[in-house]
Amino acid sequence: MRLPCPICGDRDRREFYYMGDAVALHRPAPDAGEDAWDDYLHLRDNPCGRTRDLWMHEAGCSAWIVVERDTATHEVFGATLARKVKR
Amino acid sequence: MRFSGLKVLAQGLTGNKGWTPHWRDPAPKDEYDIVIIGGGGHGLSTAYYLAKNHGMTNIAVLEKGYIGGGNVGRNTTIVRANYFLPGNSEFYSHSLKLWETMEQDLNYNAMHSQRGLINLFHSDGQRDAFARRGNAMINQGDDAELLDREGVRRHLPYLDFDNLRFPVYGGLLHRRGGTARHDAVAWGYARGADQRGVDLIQNCEVTGIDIEGGIVKGVQTTRGAIKAKKVGVVVAGRSGQVAAMAGMRLPIESHVLQAFVSEGLKPCIDHVVSFGMGHFYISQSDKGGLVFGGDLDFYASYASRGNLPMKEHVMDAAMTLMPMIGKARVLRSWGGIMDMTPDGSPIIDKTHIDGLYIDCGWCYGGFKAVPGSGYSFAHLMATDQHHEPAAKFRLDRFRTGRGLMDEEGTGSQHNLH
Repeated sequence: MRLPCPICGDRDRREFYYMGDAVALHRPAPDAGEDAWDDYLHLRDNPCGRTRDLWMHEAGCSAWIVVERDTATHEVFGATLARKVKR
Repeated sequence: MRFSGLKVLAQGLTGNKGWTPHWRDPAPKDEYDIVIIGGGGHGLSTAYYLAKNHGMTNIAVLEKGYIGGGNVGRNTTIVRANYFLPGNSEFYSHSLKLWETMEQDLNYNAMHSQRGLINLFHSDGQRDAFARRGNAMINQGDDAELLDREGVRRHLPYLDFDNLRFPVYGGLLHRRGGTARHDAVAWGYARGADQRGVDLIQNCEVTGIDIEGGIVKGVQTTRGAIKAKKVGVVVAGRSGQVAAMAGMRLPIESHVLQAFVSEGLKPCIDHVVSFGMGHFYISQSDKGGLVFGGDLDFYASYASRGNLPMKEHVMDAAMTLMPMIGKARVLRSWGGIMDMTPDGSPIIDKTHIDGLYIDCGWCYGGFKAVPGSGYSFAHLMATDQHHEPAAKFRLDRFRTGRGLMDEEGTGSQHNLH
């Protein structure tokens, strides 16, 4: 699997650290309550098919990127810098 | 039909023409007391123990494929009880005891072989950690022996003891650990459940869960609607999709874990061995293949196949630990879908929906749990009380933070297990 780093181009999967679902970009407010924090930290849609997850180009440019890919086929559709995605 | 040595002999002498199917192939009825979604090892053992321990027989197990076609037939077949944390310790201890009587209980040869499991260590710090783990195992009533380097050499003379980077310091020997024939475990429980009246319904995919006023009423399937008083979800890697049918989200992310098998060889590896400085563990099947595996690929996946980096890591680790393996050829590799929880420990619990129960989150350790999981889940479904050995496998432990069981000590977070 190769991931398209928006800065470095197509790179080997080994260069990336995996964080998980891109929900990690949407940290709730400290007082948002137990439900919001449980959603953010633990509960997952865990889709079989198209997903968006968060990777860090650890052995490259160190950018955090959001990758769109398919969990059933490992097809990769594209990637965006996380700072452009983050609300 | 009851199996026996005499029967095998008699059938052998008469052309093996008298064997009959091990279970019926019934059409689904309109209504059951209990419907189990998922005909894998855990679902089948749940049905078996519901019938055997709780006298319930109006039960259906719904399997979208065929019996033995999921993770129960795709794992590396290791059976052990070498856990460290309260919660896990008592559960796996109970499960191993069930393994030791299962074949007689089921009248089925699961080829359970307690050949011993050795976890190697390669530093002083790791020795301390394994000594402590061994003590925890002994306190639980299971067996553990700390072997020094020469002790390991007596068991495993073929290791590269003097590897410059990762010399072998010793190992933790768990004599009651071993392997079993994975398919036979599924078949044995399937046959046992069927003989007690459970309907095993294959090629029957659940497409919806009927819930009215917070109470489960039944399921929709590709073979029609089935009413049920209680529904148990035991679907491993597919837990997210099935839970979504009940409007639930779970603390589960599905990952791919790879395994490998070599061509058949003469007996050379007598134990289950795990490397302490890389992700590699190995045993030899009774057919002669070296069965080995490593860690997760570490990204969410349902592909049932992995990528090359983890293959390379596993082969590297294998060559580092036992250079002789370089002469064997890998016959095939595959990937299974693991239902990973944030703390790496499983869930056996009720849900917020009346009559809906869930058994999931077995991560990469579901096979050895097959008897224990079914036993405890059956207890929960039949009595609405948690079974003592599995009482800590709560669904809400992530939300509350109470009772997390992070066996690896890496943190309770999705990407760390």
